[in-house]
Amino acid sequence: MQLKFLFKKPNIELEQGGREPTPPEPSRTCPYCGKETPIAKLWEDKNVCECGYLFRMTARQRVEFIADEGSFYELWPDLEGGSPIAFPGYEDKLATARKNSGEKEGVVCGTARINGHPCALFVMEPYFMMGSMGTVVGEKITRLFEYATEYRLSVVGFTVSGGARMQEGILSLLQMAKTSGAVGRHSAAGLFYLTVLTDPTTGGVTASFAMEGDVILSEPRALVGFAGPRVIEQTTRKKLPAGFQRAEFLLEHGFVDAIVGRDEEKDTIARLLEFHEGRRRV
Amino acid sequence: MTAYEKVKAARAPGRHTGLQYIEEIFQDFTELHGDRSCSDDTAVVGGIAWLGERPVTVIAMEKGTTTREKIRRNFGAPHPEGYRKAQRLMAQAEKFGRPVVCFVDTAGAACDMEAEEKGQGQAIAQSLVDMMALKVPVISIFIGEGGSGGALAMAVADQVWMLENAVYSVISPEGCASILWKDPKRVEDAADCLKMTAADLKVLGVADRVFFEENVEFESLCRTISAALGEALEQSSALPVEELTARRYARFRAYGGLQDK
Repeated sequence: MQLKFLFKKPNIELEQGGREPTPPEPSRTCPYCGKETPIAKLWEDKNVCECGYLFRMTARQRVEFIADEGSFYELWPDLEGGSPIAFPGYEDKLATARKNSGEKEGVVCGTARINGHPCALFVMEPYFMMGSMGTVVGEKITRLFEYATEYRLSVVGFTVSGGARMQEGILSLLQMAKTSGAVGRHSAAGLFYLTVLTDPTTGGVTASFAMEGDVILSEPRALVGFAGPRVIEQTTRKKLPAGFQRAEFLLEHGFVDAIVGRDEEKDTIARLLEFHEGRRRV
Repeated sequence: MTAYEKVKAARAPGRHTGLQYIEEIFQDFTELHGDRSCSDDTAVVGGIAWLGERPVTVIAMEKGTTTREKIRRNFGAPHPEGYRKAQRLMAQAEKFGRPVVCFVDTAGAACDMEAEEKGQGQAIAQSLVDMMALKVPVISIFIGEGGSGGALAMAVADQVWMLENAVYSVISPEGCASILWKDPKRVEDAADCLKMTAADLKVLGVADRVFFEENVEFESLCRTISAALGEALEQSSALPVEELTARRYARFRAYGGLQDK
């Protein structure tokens, strides 16, 4: 049952950061096995199809799955940006993204407890311009690391991103350096940072905070890379082999610590947080 | 010149390359090879040289001048080992208290299977972390193309300087036009909208200084850069390390700094 995933073409429209997300429906159809599952049933199964396919999750869904009930306290929920380089059509695109995702921007940040272990948490939002990183995403993640450094908290981050948001031009690119600076200071303070790579994590997010964790976990079969697969195929004029840039490929090449399915995610994260809290509480 | 004309000038075949600047600006450049992990990337050259009486670590992306050399140097598109070589040389510079000068000239980081297998994303990310925390002064000079993360990985600097016809962008105008507008012909619009010229970037506070190159002889341009480097390094070397890194952090922290409503 695993094999057929390897022959599917990667979901390339995600790289474009532009596809309009579809509004919630009563059920979702698996793109691999074609089975239709009611939303309520999927919710119980952490958005995993019977065949093992991992449906994309909104940032809020993930927070709900990962954080202990009632423990999540959101930080900077209202932070919004404009169009810093006045890129044509960008304001409209932002308005559409806000409407369709119900979020103000592409990342949700806050503090939470995971099986009782406190942490700072960020979760990127795939339904907001494919989690692309503009100035607001960069600013919120930077603030979260600064906050975590000040209050001596571990950081747990879920990444999903098409990369830097080109409508904000060079300022998007510079968020890579800005967030990396904040991650570096958090790290220099001896604090723990864990990333969970989810499908897809590409471009400027891969080339910055996604790959800077002390421990890097990935969801099964997640596409993770710097250049997107379609760009590589166009540049090299070669077809990419099956499974290229998937989580399993990264594990094999030494770039992720472990692949963790959704049902073990929370316990694994909690266990790793506990290792970094000093003595075990018995 | 329009923005796209500048893009073309930045890519022009006869344009001076990183090694030519190094040879003209510094003395006794001694190249050091290899990333001490698996390989030596020919798209990135680095080593030690004199700037007047001061030893400096110099790192440049090198596109090559002849067709053969361009191919050998992968047209200045670094692989992960190129960034790892730069990291190694910067760590070495830090150990000996040498300032670092980087020359940026790349269409982008290498985009092929090998680059992904060796962790292009991780290599660039590590360069960003390292440069943000580097305890010696670092100045980056854009001499041609500054393509996205591949360029940024050598441009997390105390000062960023650009030649008049150098460009720096999150994506190429071609990429932007075809991905965003599905119309590859709109490259000129894209170049305008991306605000990628040295003049635009000076306004945005990304470039601190722009060097005129129209009607300026190469030797004269290099003398100007050399004098500017001497002066800037004199000043930054006098700063306490904490002040130096705090200023660099503040510089990048301010890009897209937003206020709560």
